[in-house]
Amino acid sequence: MVKRCQPDSSVKIGRLHLNNPVMVASGTFGYAEEFKNFTDLEKLGAIVTKTITVKPRAGNPAPRTCETPAGMLNSIGLENPGIANFIKDKINFLKKLGVPIIVSIASENSPDEFLELAEILDDLKEVSAIELNISCPNLHKDKLISQDAQSTFGLVKEVRRLTRKCLITKLSPNVTSISEIAKASEEAGSDAVSLINTLGGMSIDVNKRAPKLGSWVGGLSGPAIRPIAVRMVWEVYNKIKIPIIGMGGIMDTQSALEFFIAGSTAISVGTANFINPGISSEIIEGLKKYMADNKIRSLREITGILKI
Amino acid sequence: MEAARVIARINSNNNFSGNYWHLELESAAIARRAMAGQFINIKVNDNSIPLLRRPLSIHSVSSSKIRLIYEAIGQGTQGLAKRKPGEFLDVIGPLGNGFNLSKTSSKNSLNILVAGGMGVAPLVFLAERLKLSQPLVLIGAKSKNCLLCIKEFKSLGSRVELATDDGSLGFKGKVTDLLKKTLSTIDHRLSTIYACGPKAMLKAISLIAAENKIRAQLSLEEHMACGIGACLGCTVQTKLGFKRVCHDGPIFLSEELIW
Repeated sequence: MVKRCQPDSSVKIGRLHLNNPVMVASGTFGYAEEFKNFTDLEKLGAIVTKTITVKPRAGNPAPRTCETPAGMLNSIGLENPGIANFIKDKINFLKKLGVPIIVSIASENSPDEFLELAEILDDLKEVSAIELNISCPNLHKDKLISQDAQSTFGLVKEVRRLTRKCLITKLSPNVTSISEIAKASEEAGSDAVSLINTLGGMSIDVNKRAPKLGSWVGGLSGPAIRPIAVRMVWEVYNKIKIPIIGMGGIMDTQSALEFFIAGSTAISVGTANFINPGISSEIIEGLKKYMADNKIRSLREITGILKI
Repeated sequence: MEAARVIARINSNNNFSGNYWHLELESAAIARRAMAGQFINIKVNDNSIPLLRRPLSIHSVSSSKIRLIYEAIGQGTQGLAKRKPGEFLDVIGPLGNGFNLSKTSSKNSLNILVAGGMGVAPLVFLAERLKLSQPLVLIGAKSKNCLLCIKEFKSLGSRVELATDDGSLGFKGKVTDLLKKTLSTIDHRLSTIYACGPKAMLKAISLIAAENKIRAQLSLEEHMACGIGACLGCTVQTKLGFKRVCHDGPIFLSEELIW
């Protein structure tokens, strides 16, 4: 049987093999169980969990979300059950899916918490990769780790020493040069970079003359930020060799393709999960059709093929 | 009962008074499973305007039909008001927990439904489910033009009492004051309160319920992004930690909430 017409949509992120390049972005998919009625979870390329911290975290005051033109602001504030409860209550469901599980982690007070979390996760065979969320805009910090190349380099290097698992660094767009931070991640041993996290934003209720979000400011996501994300993927692609996981306002197959052409090896669907909980499966099918229609055998053929 | 995403036909979408609209959708899958107090999450348009779905309480169901009422006040509901019969809406539902009706069968128990403004929406469905017990319904609003669904409650056999802030109809004052007055005149030991309305009203009802040692089931509202428990955008503080209005609620016992 000759398989020449069967497009191969599998990709590699470091030593991590994905059957297809469509992942779901941290914070937009809970711990996957929430979506079981609405999509074939087993078909996803990978699942990135809601960010986990060492201790349980309550999160920010309400209102935590507000809609903006073609987008939304959120200030959830990393509400999560903490690593121990995550392992106790959430991981069993995830591991049964047979899909690579990428656990997103963050620190609350000290960067050492990243190391503590990485050591714990390194021992769990159910976990395929670790994503360092050094770019959450909702922690009321003056400066994020991902807003400084040296801090990024230092943290990634220390975590790298503790784990052989695939290590992904998630970057913030709220910087003067995202390429510098991406390079620092690469030099420190990150297997891949995820970009972009949300953009800092604010929305005001003019009648109350008050912020619409309970913690005043939040992170902007959705189609409104897509052009910024695509541009950043393209910029970074030209500066680093490790794979890019592209995200930011991907709503359908067309917008996913923009990210591949700009230089992404894989993509993550975020805000779109809230609107259509089955969108990731639809994009997986859409990409296969695009590959078949255009006689593309492997997605590697279109990563970064932007014509200029 | 499990929720599903369905493409539902619009049977009718009518402006019945002021900014208030009646919407009827065709979906046997949702109508069959729906419980009083649950909601559906509607994609108003196929584009990004607005981007997110809009949650609306289920107002009533019959075989394959779901009826909703809404006030066209924001981008989402104004967009919804433009949708025509024969068109289709992308809908997820039924969502949320619904009212707990397991303890309402006792003969001596009085079910008191308290609605503030648009809070009538899920309570008509509830009054239908509780109709054998002939519930007492208290409806409050700013003025008489904003008092909704009086006839619907009466046709379900409920006794209806009204309150308006401006005194244009019924008791002059807040519906919560009407509730206090009512409770002082009856033997309410076995009563249950079911309430839906603005946050301040629900908070006041929590206090009244605690003072009178009555159980109250409150239908809460928060901004939601996903409606299925994933985004953690709609959480409220409870004695057992943060809970999600969309998934753990929207119905909460008054004693579990921290205001």
